[in-house]
Amino acid sequence: MTKEHPILETEGLTIRFGGHVAVDQVSCAFDRGTLTAIVGPNGAGKTTYFNLISGQLRASGGTVILNGEEITRMSVPERTKRGIGRAFQLTSLFPTLNVRENVRLVAQAKASKGFDMLSMASRHVHLIERAEHVLNEVRLIDQADSVVSALPHGDQRKLEVALLIALGPQVLMFDEPTAGMSVDEVPVILELIRKLKNDMDRTILLVEHKMDVIRSLADRIIVLHNGALVADGDPAEVIALPVVQEAYLGKTPEAA
Amino acid sequence: MLTRLLSGDMPRSGLLTVLLLGILVSLAFAPFLFPGTKSLETAAKICIFIVLVASYDLLLGYAGIVSFAHTMFFGIGAYGTALALSTTGPTYSSMIWGTAAGAIVAGIFALAIGLFSLRVKAIFFAMVTLAVASAFAVLMSQLSWLTGGEDGLNYGVPREFKPAFKLIDEKILDVRINGKLLLYYFVFFASAALFLIMLRIVNSPFGRTLKAVRDNAFRAEAIGYKVVWYRTTATVLSAVMAALAGSLLAIWLRYTGPATTLSMEIMIDILLMVVIGGMGTLYGAVVGATIFILAQTYLQNLMGLAETATSSIPIVSTLVAPERWLLWLGVLFILSVYFFPSGIVGRLREGRA
Repeated sequence: MTKEHPILETEGLTIRFGGHVAVDQVSCAFDRGTLTAIVGPNGAGKTTYFNLISGQLRASGGTVILNGEEITRMSVPERTKRGIGRAFQLTSLFPTLNVRENVRLVAQAKASKGFDMLSMASRHVHLIERAEHVLNEVRLIDQADSVVSALPHGDQRKLEVALLIALGPQVLMFDEPTAGMSVDEVPVILELIRKLKNDMDRTILLVEHKMDVIRSLADRIIVLHNGALVADGDPAEVIALPVVQEAYLGKTPEAA
Repeated sequence: MLTRLLSGDMPRSGLLTVLLLGILVSLAFAPFLFPGTKSLETAAKICIFIVLVASYDLLLGYAGIVSFAHTMFFGIGAYGTALALSTTGPTYSSMIWGTAAGAIVAGIFALAIGLFSLRVKAIFFAMVTLAVASAFAVLMSQLSWLTGGEDGLNYGVPREFKPAFKLIDEKILDVRINGKLLLYYFVFFASAALFLIMLRIVNSPFGRTLKAVRDNAFRAEAIGYKVVWYRTTATVLSAVMAALAGSLLAIWLRYTGPATTLSMEIMIDILLMVVIGGMGTLYGAVVGATIFILAQTYLQNLMGLAETATSSIPIVSTLVAPERWLLWLGVLFILSVYFFPSGIVGRLREGRA
C-alpha cells in the first residue's frame, strides 16, 4: 500500500486561556484507518485538544487540516459535514426526545434533510430504520421509545456513542466512551469501536484512561502533558516510558 | 387521508380528540349554532388567534426562542392589508397585495432581527425583540398621516364581504347568507389552512430539527445542524404566519389600529394562550386560544348572572361583580398553570393509558 497523506493533521495547534496555555504547539498527523489513543493525566489538555479539532473551541494558533483542507476557522457543523464526528465525555443528548428520535436526528442530519419542511418526518422510513439499526448495535433497541431524560446513566452513555456511530464520520473522536458505564456494558462499546476500526476508512481518536482498553485497541499512543505532546509511538514503547508510568501510576491506581 | 392532513400528528388522547372536534364543529357552524353578532365576532377572533398563537408556539414551544415581537409581526400584516385597502380601494387585488406585502415585510424584519441577534444568549434576543416591538408600536402611532395614529384606519372590503351583500334571498336555518357570513367562512378556511400548514411544518424533518435545537443546540451543531439558520428560519416562518393572521384580522374587522394588533397586552395574551394550551404542541394553540377568548368575552356576562343570583349574600355578590372579571381571569390562569404545568394538551396526552 502506498503511503497516503494523513487524513487529519494538527500543526503547532495552540490555545491560550489568558496566561494559561491549555494546548501548546501540538503537531501530530493521523493516518487513515488507524486508532490513536490520547493519554495523559487529568488537565493535560486531551479534551481541549479534541475541542480544537472538532471546533467547539477556536485555536489561538496553529492549524487543523482535514483531507488536505484547512478547517481551523470553520464552524462545528461545517467540520461535521466534512467528516469529523465527536462523542462527548459529558453526555450531551436531546433530553426531552426519545432514544430513537435522538439517533434519527443524526441520520437526518447526515442525509441533509433538516430543512425539508413539507414532508412528514415519519415518512422518511429509511432514517428511522437507520436509527433502529444503530440502536440494535449498541443494544439500546429495547429503550427506543423511552424519553432520554428518564434513561439510566449507563444507557445515556451508550446513546452518546450511538449518536457518533449513526453519524459514521471519517474521523471518530471518542472522549472516554466507557466512563460511567457498568462493567458488563463496557465490552459492548469496545467491540463496536473495534468493529469501526476494522473498517479501513475510519480513523479513530480515543481518549481513555483504562490501560487494558488502550493496549487491546490502539495502534499508536500519544501522550499529552501540560498541553504539550511529550510522547508518540507504538503502544508497548509508550506505555513503558517513565512519563507515562509516572502519570498513570501516580494518578489512576487501576491503570497500568 | 386524515393522517396526511394532520401530518401524522394525531391528538393521541380521547378527551383531546373530543375537545378538538367540539371546537372544530363549533367554529365551522358558528353562524348557525350561535346566531348573533357578538358570537360571530368571537368565533372569528378565535379562528385568527388560533393561527397567531400556533405561530408563536412554533417559535416558543418548538424552537425554544422567547420573542416579544410577535404582535409587531401581527401588526405588520394587519397594517399591510389595511393600508392597501385604504389606498388602492376595497378590491381583491388590494387585499392580496397588501397581505403579500405585509408577509414579506414581516419576513424581512424577522430575518434581520434573527441574523443580528440569534447568535447571542436567549435573554438578549428576548430583550432585542422587546425593544424593536416597542419602537415599532411608537413609530406606528406617530406616523399618523399614514397609519391614522392611535385612531387607526377604517376602510372598506370587497363588496361580497360586506354585510349588505346577499348571496341568496332566502334564509338558511333562519340565518341570512350575507357578506358577513361569507367573510366569516373566508376567515375560517384561511385559518384552518394556515393551521394545517404549520402542523405539517412542525412534523416535518425541519420541525424535528427545531426540537433538537431547542433541547441541545450544542449537540445539534456537533451532528451537523447550523443552529443559527434553523432558529432564523423558524423566526421568519413564525413572523410570516403571524402577519397572515394579522391580515385576516384586518379584513375581518375592517379596522386596524394599535390597540387591536400591536399592544403589549395582546403579546401577553398570546403568551398565556400558549402556556395554558400547552407549549410544543400546536393543538395547545387551538385549546388555549379558544378557552382564553371565551373567558375574556363571556366571563363578564357569566359573572353578571352570578351577581344577580347571589345578590342576597353580601360579600359573595361583591366578589363576583362583573367589574372584577379580570381578577377571576387571573385566578383561572394561576389555577390552570398550577394544575397543568405542561398545558391542557400536555396534561391530556400524559393521562392517556
